[in-house]
Amino acid sequence: MEQASSNTPEQEATSLSETERWGSLITGGAMVLTGLSQRSLRGALLALAGGSLAYHGATSQKSLTQQVTEATGLDKSIRVEKTVTILNKSPEELYRFWRNFENLPTFMKHLKSVTVLDNNRSHWVANAPVGNTVEWDAEIITEQENHLIAWTSVDDAQIDHSGFVRFQLAPPGRGTEVKVVMEYSPPAGIVGATVAKLFGEEPEQQIGDSLARFKMFMEAGEIATTDGQPAGR
Amino acid sequence: MKAVCWHGAHDMRVDTVDDPKLTNPRDAIIKITSTAICGSDLHMYNGFIPTMQPGDIVGHEFMGEVVELGRDVKNLKVGDRVIVPFPISCGHCFFCQRDLWSLCDNSNPNAPMVEKLYGHSPAALFGYSHLFGGYAGGQAEYVRVPFADVGPMKVPDGLTDDQVLFLTDILPTGYMAAENCNIQPGDIVAIWGCGPVGQFAIQSAFLLGAERVIAIDRIPERLQLAKEKCGAEVINYEEIDPGEALKEMTGGRGPDACIDAVGLEAHGMGLEGFYDKVKQSVRLETDRPNVFRQAIVACRKGGTVSLAGVYGGFLDKIPMGAAFNKGLTFKMGQTHVHKYLRPLLNRIQAGEIDPSFIITHHLPLEAAPHGYDIFKNKKEECIKVVLKP
Repeated sequence: MEQASSNTPEQEATSLSETERWGSLITGGAMVLTGLSQRSLRGALLALAGGSLAYHGATSQKSLTQQVTEATGLDKSIRVEKTVTILNKSPEELYRFWRNFENLPTFMKHLKSVTVLDNNRSHWVANAPVGNTVEWDAEIITEQENHLIAWTSVDDAQIDHSGFVRFQLAPPGRGTEVKVVMEYSPPAGIVGATVAKLFGEEPEQQIGDSLARFKMFMEAGEIATTDGQPAGR
Repeated sequence: MKAVCWHGAHDMRVDTVDDPKLTNPRDAIIKITSTAICGSDLHMYNGFIPTMQPGDIVGHEFMGEVVELGRDVKNLKVGDRVIVPFPISCGHCFFCQRDLWSLCDNSNPNAPMVEKLYGHSPAALFGYSHLFGGYAGGQAEYVRVPFADVGPMKVPDGLTDDQVLFLTDILPTGYMAAENCNIQPGDIVAIWGCGPVGQFAIQSAFLLGAERVIAIDRIPERLQLAKEKCGAEVINYEEIDPGEALKEMTGGRGPDACIDAVGLEAHGMGLEGFYDKVKQSVRLETDRPNVFRQAIVACRKGGTVSLAGVYGGFLDKIPMGAAFNKGLTFKMGQTHVHKYLRPLLNRIQAGEIDPSFIITHHLPLEAAPHGYDIFKNKKEECIKVVLKP
């Protein structure tokens, strides 16, 4: 599932009921993106984190450029939601592997590296077309041990990026469901198409591919490949 | 090494290519001693399988000797003689764990491509297009076998290559087609197609308790083999209408089960056959489902139609009204080869089956293009070609 929304991530006032509302959306069984509607994913994640969280996100005033961009609908963010089921691995095991973000490039082809800076902060380097890279610092917004990790890029990142991964038991004997929801928003003055260029033409396929490879690695112990095999050409 | 490479419709070449290398920890490299051309290879040969690239190494029926092992393969030794199932299966996913090996979740690196077409991706297959994984196949001197700790089975001493080679695909395929018919005492089974899979389906139907088997084809030597070697009654569909004949031969009831051992390139007769041929040739229809249609109409009420022949895309004019109102059951799918290896090997060892009877040609690997030609065009009374690298 991939869709565009016209929201700019921003901090939104949170109340207890809002925390509950986003909480049940993010941890429930429905399509997260459908439920989000016009709300930004980042906003929902921040609401879920509630007032109790010591998250120091952007609070700065919007620039004039940003306001114009929003008004003209040029700030389309890209949103992706993908889910796989992994057999014979508990939510705990999968959470633990994922929580060490430095493991992610093992199965996320587009990531060059992730460096963990401290318990909440990490530095991400992604491959972009024509040999370029995109870099940003990400910070954990909220997390529930063995269940949920939500993160967002910090201020003045080249790309505004938020997401969460959720590990949830499937029905008995069916393993663990792993859901990833991500949102890429263009920084002020950059149109959505540029985001697509930076992250490849099909973010949905990129995330789907990454999850399929995560599943291969966890279930089969290796990632299926035909790289380097012979052919008559 | 030498390998048979697809270069386009009706253009198979024996090229010199690099040797395969171990890539993943569960890989093995096999030196091939025997490899066969399958009826489903003809779909590629005839240009009906999408996502082939010139230079792709083909072949999915092969066996040989282990020459190299990845660090995680503990159950095989260098020098072991093995047969290799044509689906590539990880052994650990939901489907492998339930013996549904051809539906493995984890072997197809190109799964997203298939998901767009089918919703979900089945297992990758050796040498059978990029849609099905893009793995180099086994019509070659060497092949890389992924998940070698769960796929290849050691061959006991005393059995020849010709006796066990077809465990890799067509023997289990014929057997599963018959097993899917849920044969009960007194059942009459009709089988369209007397190629290698059809012949094995006839034998399997009898092994599973069929009272009678009626086989349908148009090639005299294939009908003769079905009759004399496998004990089937036969119908030449160029001489009589199989629908009429089947009804008369089954007391008006219709066969209890029908097996389509032909698939997407069926040769239709008359106007219907012309319609499908034209539509397929201009790509309005991807498959020619004449046999499937006939089977639905011929089958007795409440019976089973079992598909062993391959379908890949979209089918036209399927008589769903007949299927629905007669309460038919459809069973189908790529064969879960791994599941059948041991039980069918046991039957071979016990002398119940000797699959080598279908082989009409042994050729050197270099003669593969000739092998494809005679197999496709039924020249030299060709039924099955085994290549020797």
